[in-house]
Amino acid sequence: MRVMVIVKANKETEAGVMPSTELLAAMGNYNEELVKAGIMLAGDGLHPSSKGKRVKFTKAQPKVTDGPFAETKELIAGFWMWKVKSMEQAVEWVKRCPMAEGDELEIRQVFEAEDFGEAFTPELRAQEERLLAEAQKLTRA
Amino acid sequence: MSETHHAIDAIWRIEQAKLIAGLTRFTRDIGQAEELAQEALLTALEQWPKSGIPEKPGAWLMAAAKNRAIDRIRKAKLAETKHAEIGRARDAEQEEALQELEAALDDPVGDDLLRLIFISCHPVLTSDARTALTLRLIGGLTTDEIARAYLQTEATVAQRIVRAKRTLADRKVPFELPRGAELMARRDSVIEVLYLIFNEGYSATNGEDWMRPQLCEEALRLSRILAGLMPGEAEVHGLVALMEIQASRLHARTGPDGEPILLLEQNRALWDQLLIRRGLAALAQAEALTSAPGRYGIQAAIAACHARAARAADTDWNRIAALYDLLAAREDSPVVELNRAVAHSMKSGPQTGLDLLDALLGEEALKAYYLLPSVRGDFLVKLGRHAEAETEFRRAAALTQNARERSLLLQRADACRQS
Repeated sequence: MRVMVIVKANKETEAGVMPSTELLAAMGNYNEELVKAGIMLAGDGLHPSSKGKRVKFTKAQPKVTDGPFAETKELIAGFWMWKVKSMEQAVEWVKRCPMAEGDELEIRQVFEAEDFGEAFTPELRAQEERLLAEAQKLTRA
Repeated sequence: MSETHHAIDAIWRIEQAKLIAGLTRFTRDIGQAEELAQEALLTALEQWPKSGIPEKPGAWLMAAAKNRAIDRIRKAKLAETKHAEIGRARDAEQEEALQELEAALDDPVGDDLLRLIFISCHPVLTSDARTALTLRLIGGLTTDEIARAYLQTEATVAQRIVRAKRTLADRKVPFELPRGAELMARRDSVIEVLYLIFNEGYSATNGEDWMRPQLCEEALRLSRILAGLMPGEAEVHGLVALMEIQASRLHARTGPDGEPILLLEQNRALWDQLLIRRGLAALAQAEALTSAPGRYGIQAAIAACHARAARAADTDWNRIAALYDLLAAREDSPVVELNRAVAHSMKSGPQTGLDLLDALLGEEALKAYYLLPSVRGDFLVKLGRHAEAETEFRRAAALTQNARERSLLLQRADACRQS
């Protein structure tokens, strides 16, 4: 199964404080372990929310708000995608992550196409296929 | 299972291969190393529910296994002291062995893991034994899981593994990475084993068992490990690329009733874009390392052509045909020739495909291969030669083992008769 490991934002990440060399090195080693375990699929850090936007859907036009956003705990500073055998295995890997005191990681299972079941009808699938085809044409152009 | 047991199970899956690899370096005996690792696991199962899981469970397990190993050496030594004539030399040797163990266990384990992979795929073993041993030691699958995946009895697989371990010990296969030409030969064996495992999961669309798609995942994971350990090997990246791209199609390859769906008819929205991106990245890495790709690199490049086409109609058949020419020049395989004919027919029309195919008709290896008449029938239909096509479809239907395939072929034969 695939899981997304979410790195929660904190005051430092929101202030755009870059990690120290030591932390970067430790993180590099950790990532290397993940790669050598063959479970890491992707991973990236995110810029602070001050550079982000939020789009709120209302009855009228969607409303766009510029960052930064409050509620630091609910913001995301980065993520990994892993392919693991079980949630327990994901937890064991997360425990090995070199994080500082107070940091928080969250593990969420990723939906696969079949998880959507009947609701993902052939028509919807066909539509997604068409959209994807167009999107890919754009990215290749 | 309690929560601790779930955790121990997860930790075991993460640590097992490294543990066995480290212990094999010391004991020079895979069987013994595995026993020591298992004993360490038993100790953990006994103690961790009471004491809690240690902060560094891997190091803990290694230390426990190490203590076991030292115990064994001491006992062996004790047994020998009871014999009258033990020399001082023997004593010194044991001391040395102990020190070597200490050093071995403190070393980084990456290389050990690579060595363990190379031993598990050693050419002195049969291909069956290689796949079983690799899944057992590197993949950490249980004998029961391997048996289920290969639709065999647990006893058969267990025996195969025991025999493999004995063969390695009897032949005194050293726990080291070969060099030069032998490294290449062995690397190819490793790649072949991983691809065999992958295909076992991939081609078995008929299997109801959950283990079979999981074999794909396992082979892919092991290949990623291999690429992490041998980053300079183009063909290893080619293998990873090929598997990532093929695995990206897993969900699109069968219909709701389990019927196989051919590549060009698949719903491409179901292709896993993350895996495709990873596959293309691995291919780029392989291509950066060599201008003369091997068989896996070429196959990955072909797979990539399909992955890059948003719709089947967008497929770059010129490039695929050229890649099959390249592959055919290397492989001398009738199955490759068959695929080459299909690629050329897509590029230049059915007559070109038919000409290439007809050159294969005398091929002994393809006599009983249903795809030859099936593909030939396909070309003939496109050329409007329906009567000949019908004969080919009926011949193909008689050759295939797969019931679903057979009914499809007979339907096509009937359609030819009516037109």
